[in-house]
Amino acid sequence: MEPSHHSEAQNVGPNGKAEKLPIGKLHSVQYLVALILAVLLVGLWRLQVLNSENFRSLAEANRVRKVPILAPRGKLFDREGRLLVDNYPSVTCYLLREQVKDLDADLPLISKGLHISPEQIQATLRRYQIAPKYQPIPLKQDITPDEQAFIAAHRDELPELETLDEQRRLYPSDGFAAHLIGYVGEVSEQMLANDDRYSLYSPGDVVGRSGVEATYDALLRGTDGSRDVIVNSHGKELGHLGQELAIPGKDLKLTIDLDIQMAAERVLEGKIGAIVAMDPHTGEILAMASRPTFDPNQFAVRLTKNYWNEILNNPDHPLLNKSIQAQLAPGSTFKIVMSVAGLQEGLAQSMHVPCNGGATFYGHFFSCDRNHGMVDINNAIPYSCDTFYYTLANRLGIDTMAKYATSLGFAQKTGIDLPDEATGNMPSTLWKLKTQHEKWYAGETISVGIGQGAVTATPIQLARALSGIANGGVLRRPHVIFPDEVPPEMLQAIRENFPGSGDATIPLSPENWQLITDAMANVTSSPIGTAYIAHLEGVDFAGKTGTADVVGGRVKNSTNKSTIPNAWFVGMAPRRNPDIVVAVLWEHGYWGNNSAKLAAQVINAFVTKQRKRDNNLRIAEVPKPATTAAVSPSVSGGPASATP
Amino acid sequence: MTRLSSYRDFDWVLLGFVLLLSLISVLEIKSATLHTKFHGFDQKQIGFLAIGIVLMFLISLIDYHRLIDTVHWAYGVGILSLVAVALFGTKVLGGKRWISFHGAHFQPSEWIKLILIVAVARFFWGLTGRDLTWPDIGKVSAMVFVPMAFVLKQPDLGTSLTYLPILICGLFLGGIRFKQVAIILLALIFVGGVAWKSGKHLKPYQQARIDAFMNPDSDPRGSGYQIRQSLIAVGSGGVWGKGANKGTQTQGDFLPIPYTDFIFAAFCEEHGFVGAVGVLLLYFLILMRLIQNAQTASDLPGSFIIMGVVAVIVFQVAVNVGMVVGLMPVTGIPLPLLSYGGSSVLFTFLALGIVMNVRMSRFVN
Repeated sequence: MEPSHHSEAQNVGPNGKAEKLPIGKLHSVQYLVALILAVLLVGLWRLQVLNSENFRSLAEANRVRKVPILAPRGKLFDREGRLLVDNYPSVTCYLLREQVKDLDADLPLISKGLHISPEQIQATLRRYQIAPKYQPIPLKQDITPDEQAFIAAHRDELPELETLDEQRRLYPSDGFAAHLIGYVGEVSEQMLANDDRYSLYSPGDVVGRSGVEATYDALLRGTDGSRDVIVNSHGKELGHLGQELAIPGKDLKLTIDLDIQMAAERVLEGKIGAIVAMDPHTGEILAMASRPTFDPNQFAVRLTKNYWNEILNNPDHPLLNKSIQAQLAPGSTFKIVMSVAGLQEGLAQSMHVPCNGGATFYGHFFSCDRNHGMVDINNAIPYSCDTFYYTLANRLGIDTMAKYATSLGFAQKTGIDLPDEATGNMPSTLWKLKTQHEKWYAGETISVGIGQGAVTATPIQLARALSGIANGGVLRRPHVIFPDEVPPEMLQAIRENFPGSGDATIPLSPENWQLITDAMANVTSSPIGTAYIAHLEGVDFAGKTGTADVVGGRVKNSTNKSTIPNAWFVGMAPRRNPDIVVAVLWEHGYWGNNSAKLAAQVINAFVTKQRKRDNNLRIAEVPKPATTAAVSPSVSGGPASATP
Repeated sequence: MTRLSSYRDFDWVLLGFVLLLSLISVLEIKSATLHTKFHGFDQKQIGFLAIGIVLMFLISLIDYHRLIDTVHWAYGVGILSLVAVALFGTKVLGGKRWISFHGAHFQPSEWIKLILIVAVARFFWGLTGRDLTWPDIGKVSAMVFVPMAFVLKQPDLGTSLTYLPILICGLFLGGIRFKQVAIILLALIFVGGVAWKSGKHLKPYQQARIDAFMNPDSDPRGSGYQIRQSLIAVGSGGVWGKGANKGTQTQGDFLPIPYTDFIFAAFCEEHGFVGAVGVLLLYFLILMRLIQNAQTASDLPGSFIIMGVVAVIVFQVAVNVGMVVGLMPVTGIPLPLLSYGGSSVLFTFLALGIVMNVRMSRFVN
């Protein structure tokens, strides 16, 4: 304070009154001003010089928004290039949680504009609670132009709403080929957590959830691109920086023939069951239908609770692809397997069994439909005589039967390129020991001989087994996508992911081949055949019926649907080296010949088409006797080009 | 002496610095409002500046002793206008701060500053050099606290705080003793402690601003948003800035109110550390020039008036720039000479007019 006293003395005016401010105090104010400005300068230095890079990147993150460009999914075509699954442009509304100031306050407006209840919005938010905050949440898919206009008009009040153009799946209506094609949906948490194939996916990604969509997802999905957009604080676009274009998914050609598929779908309408049609030369699936069916379009947009409950509560399991997932007793269709076993073992040729409406084995009477009289292998197949096959089973024994059944693909997946195929079952002594820790009793063998008891099979297994028998012993891996459509490494990966019996050859002597196929022709073409009612004029149509008791036993004239037997039919045309094999399962269809009529219509559709196309009358020709077991499986050719 | 000769003593250098800052202000307001609905505010600011300059010249012609003689009337009118705001004021952005009169809006709290500067000068002149007594301190404090309370009630914490430096500066220059300062500080700490304990101290938005200042990243979309965006704007400007009209924070509307309270952040983003140093240097030169004028003033009240103006400007620069660089909480105090706004411009130029008159009168006995 010394200098200020000094200056005060100087500044005293003539009347003793201080007329000047003490100079020292003014200096101290100057120092204070300099100090304050220096502190501010240090603050600026810290921000603009020392941490400038950090803030620069924050500023960039502020203004540049990465907008995904979603890759359109590959389309699906039938084998002739006819469009099955298309895409359509659609707009989804997203919620950007980082932009929300007070969501509760905005809820009523959002709810009103987008026509979703506040509870639904909150439920959606809860589902995404664990997702990182910067990740946009899909609020509503497939919004209407009105709702788009609402979002555009409320950009300032609701900066948290954002729209994104997407391509959405358009599936055939009425559940046409729904099980085969499958559907897409958001990747589930379990898939992300447990399946390596989805390790690179993030929540909200659309993936194939079933059918071809699931198996070939990696091909169909393509690669998403992105756009760097300059935005202001309200999310309004001010400009672009650059973009990485999306790579569209690969279009895929299915082995399905739309005409055959349509015939299969038509004949199954209103029934419960499945139809598989296959080219036995190659394993290409020509048609695959399952009933009841579902609408995959409902799954592609967010599934409504009502529809989901409807699907879930249907006792006939609409989501089940019965062609590959229904494992049921094959009934008398199993007799073709028995015939192969009996003939190849050299037993059946010499068997002459008197049928008196059944026979007694091990003190137990096993009945037959009818009194067939003296039966040999040639008429046992068209008669479908149970007594003959009881006797054959008893002489073969369960393990020989199992050996042949397994070599024909029973109790194992066929390896078809569709998810969740069922394995079916073939009993044996070992099987019983393993599963029930009990010894096999010879009496149990008898009913397995007619495809009852513990033996179960899927339609695709029966179709593949019959294909192998009908073309002389070569079994093919069934598939729905042409292998040359798929990159080799992915084909390999799919075969590892869907293991099965694949391609195989079984020994079948030419005489036995001819005998069995001729007998099967008699099933439909001879008046004694069980499916004579389904015979096709001018078409070499052969097959085998099956009437399989359901669990609970056969109750004659029952009105209770669940006790009515399942009607099976496996058939082919022509009888040897066929161009088409059809397996029909009609659950509770009562008699096998009912299914034979369905199969006949599918085969007829195929034959009509072949004739129309190349005027190839080979199918109508009277077959020459088989001279060799060698078949000419033409892998690349279509059904019409395969000639013996 | 004639009027003409007195203009020779007009501080043209000071006016030059002031006009240079005003030019920067207009350019930055133009840039900050380029893509907004406030486009054209730079033109309005030019209008305010023109009116301000005219008023500055007019008031520089009035002998500041006459202002001092009549300041008690002005003080009374000022208090009445604050009462009027409280009763009939227009609510803008949550605060009743404005009076609408024939389509024009006034913010009376701005010119209260001017009145207080003159009133405090008059008070200390009236002491005729004797030591400050406790009643003196009480009187001058009451003089400042009454309008402060009204403005605080509007509520406008920022503007009411700008009255404090007038009082503190007056007490310091008026010769308050160290013992008195110590007692006042102890009392303040005690009262502050009691108020803190009682729980009811700040309005929620004020508490939120303090919290956001302490930790801007705690709630980047809420209260911390303004500070955070301001820091990003200033920091991303770097040494040389992003260029005029090219600040992404400013142009993208990320920076809050970039033409008023956060104009310095907008300027720092577009013109970098170099530009910021230039502006702070201009403030330094203006303030030094003002203090020099206070030193050469012919009598005590003249010096007090100029130092009152200095106190207000220093305080506002410190608080505003401090806020922009994250050293101070958000208070809503404009940056004199840079921020857009008629009331702020008029205060600054009227104050300068009085300063000019003090300077022009320095050789008058």
